[in-house]
Amino acid sequence: MTDQAKQSKTFPRLQNVGLDGLLITFAERLSDGANRAALAFRGRVEAADIEGITETTTSLASTFVLFDPLKSDLDHIRAQLLALLDGTDWADVPLPQGRRLWRVPAAFGGTRGPQLDEAAKLAGIDRDRAIEEMTSTRVRVLTIGFAPGQPYLGTLPPHWNIPRQSGLTKQVPTGAIAVAIRQLVLFTASTPTGWRMIGQTAFRGFRPDQDAPFTLGVGDEILFAPISEQELTEIENTDQTGLGGATSEVIT
Amino acid sequence: MTAALIVRRAGPAMTVQDLGRKGQLVYGLAAGGAADRVALAEGAALLGQSLGLAAIEMAGMGGEFEATQDIRIALTGAPMKADLDGATVVWNASYLMAAGQHLTLGAASSGNYGYLHVGGGIDTKPFLASRAAHLTAGIGKLIQSGDHLPVGTDPLLDQTGNVLIPQDRFSGGTVTVLPSVHTAHFPEDVRARFEATAFERTPRGNRQGAELAFEGAPFSTGEQLTILSECMTVGDIQMTGDGQPFVLLPECQTVGGYPRIGTVTPGDLAKVAQATPGTPLRFEFVTHEQALAAHRPLETLRADMARSVQPLIRDPHRMHDLLSYQLISGAITGWDHIED
Repeated sequence: MTDQAKQSKTFPRLQNVGLDGLLITFAERLSDGANRAALAFRGRVEAADIEGITETTTSLASTFVLFDPLKSDLDHIRAQLLALLDGTDWADVPLPQGRRLWRVPAAFGGTRGPQLDEAAKLAGIDRDRAIEEMTSTRVRVLTIGFAPGQPYLGTLPPHWNIPRQSGLTKQVPTGAIAVAIRQLVLFTASTPTGWRMIGQTAFRGFRPDQDAPFTLGVGDEILFAPISEQELTEIENTDQTGLGGATSEVIT
Repeated sequence: MTAALIVRRAGPAMTVQDLGRKGQLVYGLAAGGAADRVALAEGAALLGQSLGLAAIEMAGMGGEFEATQDIRIALTGAPMKADLDGATVVWNASYLMAAGQHLTLGAASSGNYGYLHVGGGIDTKPFLASRAAHLTAGIGKLIQSGDHLPVGTDPLLDQTGNVLIPQDRFSGGTVTVLPSVHTAHFPEDVRARFEATAFERTPRGNRQGAELAFEGAPFSTGEQLTILSECMTVGDIQMTGDGQPFVLLPECQTVGGYPRIGTVTPGDLAKVAQATPGTPLRFEFVTHEQALAAHRPLETLRADMARSVQPLIRDPHRMHDLLSYQLISGAITGWDHIED
């Protein structure tokens, strides 16, 4: 039926997606290493500047490459990608250069994080410890998706492997921080969600009025800086930039 | 002063669309753009202009328009009842729309998405190199009654009155499919049943995706898969939790957690987008080589169409016959001077 009817169980795994896509998967499940590999390999592909490749992106544990099937044939692109994969230990690879560290003011708990206590309990810790962990753990933008510019951040320590709630929260506000399965989402739009809302920022990952509308890149890191609810309200009332008081520097 | 198209009455789901914005997948934004790319190629061919210009996409229902200056228009995609100042006009043709004339477009008689093109293109402000509205992402907005849409400079104002036989994509049929991310997770017998099954479009669907109905057991991967959210591509056929198939269209998300049994080849995607409720569809896996051999990029389509554009019959006694696509046989306009 198809060339890919039997799928390889070994990683990294290269497979065709449609007429113009190739997916390179580094693991069946999310791990910090698999995500690093996906980000690093995308960096490698971008740097190699292979003719015919039109776009690259990443998911949690894969790199996705799009190409122009008329400019360069599939076998050629496959061979080039395999050559790039070869000879690197993808389980332990440095992340690409040029990533940024963002310090983002965030209010946890209270009306700004109504499910903090519930989430902390599921993680087996108290709320103070939860806030302490959320504001001392540098989390990486594992992937961006579901809405433009919306980062999935992680990975949190293993005890944060808490499930999504069975029902949906009807609406979380833009800037909300929600947690599940060792990840945080920093919402770029008001939306229903199954993740538990534990905090809020005035940070906007998608700013359509800007020339560069996407604030974060994949691989960037975020460190949340604890602020009070009043401080957040003040930022919300005065911030014109959409950065919500965040600052950033290049990670060296 | 530049020309504008005044929207006297907007249909319920009209947006500005073009080929969309590429290169933003890594930021969680799909390319978007026209649901029926073939219609863009037809419009560009009829007006002798670039494929990249923006047009008005009208889902299900047209509207009423007036131009502030003489402009050229072309109508493509889902055919709608159309008249210019009360005189019926043929679909898939180009016209001069004089200042003050009223163009009235009704409901689609087949297909979902109709297109109104203007000479010079709709000239709204681009965002990330595209004028396409992407409503689910908060980019652009629905066209409203009273809007004045700027029209780009048109160097070919005297070239109107052409018609093109539309590429048939409004009656469903067989859609070719290539493997996608999770194809190998579906057992061979499930994939065979998928190919043997008669599907039809349901009323559920929008620019993000089109739902399909069928009789029989759900198409599942057979194993208890905890699928990690994975990159999606336009055309992917995803099986939602209850096994309901959705074909993803230009405004789809960039990552998703439902398994995808295959992906529709680019050339057949318009058949799915234009399928109205009840339209029959079947899927057939092809090899990469077969798909590549059948692949006609939009620019090639546009160029081929530009060569087969023909003048509308202008004899006023036969105007009423125009709906039957009467053409002057063999006449070729021969203008195909796209420079970009």
